[in-house]
Amino acid sequence: MSQKTQLASDIRDQQDRILNDWVNYQLSAMTMRRDLLKEQELREVSRDFLNLFVTALEDNADISTPSWKPSKEFLGELSRTRALQGFSPSETAMFVFSLKQPVFDLVQRQHQHDVKALAGDLWTMTVLLDKLGLYTTETYQESRESIIQRQQQEMLELSTPVVQLWDEVLALPLIGTLDSSRTQVVMEALLQRIVETGAKIAIIDITGVPTVDTLVAQHLMKTVSAARLMGADCVISGIRPQIAQTIVHLGVNLHDIVTKATLADAFRVALQRTGASVAKAALSAHGTTASGDDRGGGN
Amino acid sequence: MERIPILKMGPYLLVTIQVDMHDRVAMTLQDELTQQIVAHHARGVLLDISSVNVVDSFIGRMIGNIAGISRVLDAETVVVGMRPAVAITLVELGMALPGVRTALNVDAGMALLKSAGRIATNGRPAR
Repeated sequence: MSQKTQLASDIRDQQDRILNDWVNYQLSAMTMRRDLLKEQELREVSRDFLNLFVTALEDNADISTPSWKPSKEFLGELSRTRALQGFSPSETAMFVFSLKQPVFDLVQRQHQHDVKALAGDLWTMTVLLDKLGLYTTETYQESRESIIQRQQQEMLELSTPVVQLWDEVLALPLIGTLDSSRTQVVMEALLQRIVETGAKIAIIDITGVPTVDTLVAQHLMKTVSAARLMGADCVISGIRPQIAQTIVHLGVNLHDIVTKATLADAFRVALQRTGASVAKAALSAHGTTASGDDRGGGN
Repeated sequence: MERIPILKMGPYLLVTIQVDMHDRVAMTLQDELTQQIVAHHARGVLLDISSVNVVDSFIGRMIGNIAGISRVLDAETVVVGMRPAVAITLVELGMALPGVRTALNVDAGMALLKSAGRIATNGRPAR
């Protein structure tokens, strides 16, 4: 205990020198990101942490004790902000690991003739700094994971709009891969909108679905079945040529479902089924020579 | 014991399920409905399940059975008012009720029955 306290007071005595060395090591390291971090900022952060570090070390060298709490909180905050700023894990961990060099230098200077004490102190500091480094990396990882989770959630919510195209006609443009959790969200959104709008036809557009395998097809069938139970027929549109080939090669049975190549075709079917029709307005005398006159029937 | 009323509306029978379906209630319904279809020469059955919050595989099968029995007796069954959660449950249970016609509400169901009746009587002698 007294040895560790001695070490702490040594560091305290030479804090300025250590800080200087440490900042220089960080600046010269390969992992220094000058684009994200200014030297002044780095110096401030390093000084603050060194203060907390020495204060905790004066008490003990076990980071699971309460005296290390401020240091850990500081590191946690640091790695969280760095994760958000786009630092890599090693660049973040380097903040702690680069402290080894100046501290080791100090230990060496203090115990030039006492090999045993030198080895003891070195070991203590290695264990301590390694633990702090691992803690930094862990926090970094956690904040990265929370970012990923949040983005996944956002994607889930963003990518399931159900739009009304016409009276009693809904469209569900799907973007991205369909997994079971997304299918659940999509299905619920669609059924809810069917209840709200009293839709008779739902067009599921899969133009934005990159691949259709048996699982995705099964999810599509489930959605179609559920909509049918609610009294709405489904039309699947936006089937690209490769996807049509895949569906047939996989032996997926889509016989009971109307499928169309484009959303426009599906919309036409939907209008037909609901008894609505869209016609071009009669063109003015000036515009009769324009194209599209052939199906107008008026003039 | 709880019983589910079966109402006659012109050539159709209207069944509104407003209680939790126990297996016994379901069996009684199936029994009585069959008899009523025969007694009234019903053309169609409208099964309103808009108050049903919970279904299990038995109830799902029962709905399928009612539709099957009605079809044998030459009456069309339309299931109306299924809730989203119920629809998802049935699909997850693997019971998509093939061969059962569905509609969003009683209005749409009645329209479906009427149009189905027209098509059917066109193709075969009227009774």
